[in-house]
Amino acid sequence: MSDLRAAVAAGALGSEESYRELLQSIVEVARSIFDARASSVFLFDEESDELVFEAVAGEGAGELVGQRFPSSTGIAGWVLVTRQPLVVEELDKDPRFAREAAESTGFVPKGLMAVPLLHEDNALGVLEVLDRPQKAAFSLAEMELLGKFANEAAIALDLLQKARAARTVLEDEGAEADALARFAARLDEAEPEKREAALQLLDALGKLLRER
Amino acid sequence: MAQEPADLPAWSLPAGAGERISIGVEWPERVTRDWAFGGATGKGVRVCILDSGIEPGHPRVGGIQGAVAFARGEGEDEEVEVVEDTEGDLCGHGTACAGIVRQLAPECSLFSARVLGAGFKGSGPILLAGLRWAVDQGFDVINMSLSTTKRQFAELLHELADTAYFNRTVLVASAHNMPVESYPWRFSSVISVGSHEEPDPMTFFYNPSPPVEFFARGVGVEIAWLGGGTILSTGNSFATPHMSAICALVLSKHPELTPFQLKNVLYLTANNVGGET
Repeated sequence: MSDLRAAVAAGALGSEESYRELLQSIVEVARSIFDARASSVFLFDEESDELVFEAVAGEGAGELVGQRFPSSTGIAGWVLVTRQPLVVEELDKDPRFAREAAESTGFVPKGLMAVPLLHEDNALGVLEVLDRPQKAAFSLAEMELLGKFANEAAIALDLLQKARAARTVLEDEGAEADALARFAARLDEAEPEKREAALQLLDALGKLLRER
Repeated sequence: MAQEPADLPAWSLPAGAGERISIGVEWPERVTRDWAFGGATGKGVRVCILDSGIEPGHPRVGGIQGAVAFARGEGEDEEVEVVEDTEGDLCGHGTACAGIVRQLAPECSLFSARVLGAGFKGSGPILLAGLRWAVDQGFDVINMSLSTTKRQFAELLHELADTAYFNRTVLVASAHNMPVESYPWRFSSVISVGSHEEPDPMTFFYNPSPPVEFFARGVGVEIAWLGGGTILSTGNSFATPHMSAICALVLSKHPELTPFQLKNVLYLTANNVGGET
């Protein structure tokens, strides 16, 4: 039951949605800062060995989330397997890439920046920024800025995965555990007076259960 | 072939035997780029690209001298196997690295060891097996435009990096431009490479604030791209083969240099030390 306690303590039921919102906000800000056409976060799904669109801002938002592709294909795949950030320009010159991109995302970017999302010793996914304006040559300062967004996105992705793992634990423990978790979530949201009363009630319930 | 005395490990040195240790390199009073690699082509130097494979016949790469691939067998606990590589390059990263080495060291011998492309899962053991193979083969230079963040592999990678260093194999590895722990570039027995923004492919800098030891050209580089073409790209992945090629040039002119001596030559000829600016 220690996993269950941890899951309840993490407030798992409400947190998954919050972390998704945080990731969405990160791609929105990344897109704005770089004045880009789109930005996305891919989560690495270890079980299926695939990359999954987890958050998308700009072009493709609303359609791509949930789409998957093998973990070592595409430029996001290079970045994941090499753990190295990468910028590629003039992509539209390559007909093969253009066709594949159009098939998977609906548009062909001219250029993209991609950076691995690393947290502790795990590679959790990839952050991409597509079609920044090509007025000036790409600079290392931009790469550094992208790295900072990547750190933030990696933390959000780590929290999201932990919340999902906690939810899975709750579901596996069955309906009783789910009821307890829901109770914990309600308790967390309650006003102080109600919370106090609920805790007293819980204490009394505990005493009752201990009696033979 | 019998080993020369200088190639055998020496564990101690008897009194008065200092003369018996042959250094084999006539060091000039001042190490210049001209002495280090002027007129060099990389001829006779064997460079291994440990990456995603190399596209056969890419005009930027030309002929290569061999290609192997590493993959895990089907079962859960299967060992990693080495097979002849017939697939070339599935993603283009290795071809891009090979193209840069070929451009700067046109007559070096290129070998491909494919450790990427078969999925992300289980890529750590494959990387280790590939590096072990490359070190065992005694390549002069191994280009690693990749790293792993898994601490469980750090110790083995460290041993391999040291083995390479003592066996005269230079391991050139991409550093991170983010403050993350990854390997093997952080080890002092490898040559770690970050990017500078200068357009000249032969410009490189020594970094007095490690762990990144050298900066080479990595911004706006025209790289070989799958399908025989080229594309513009930026990343430490492409700074690394610039440094590998410069190592190959130096070694083709001075094959007796140990990795320690080679690092000294690189230091003395870096643009911010004694090299031309």
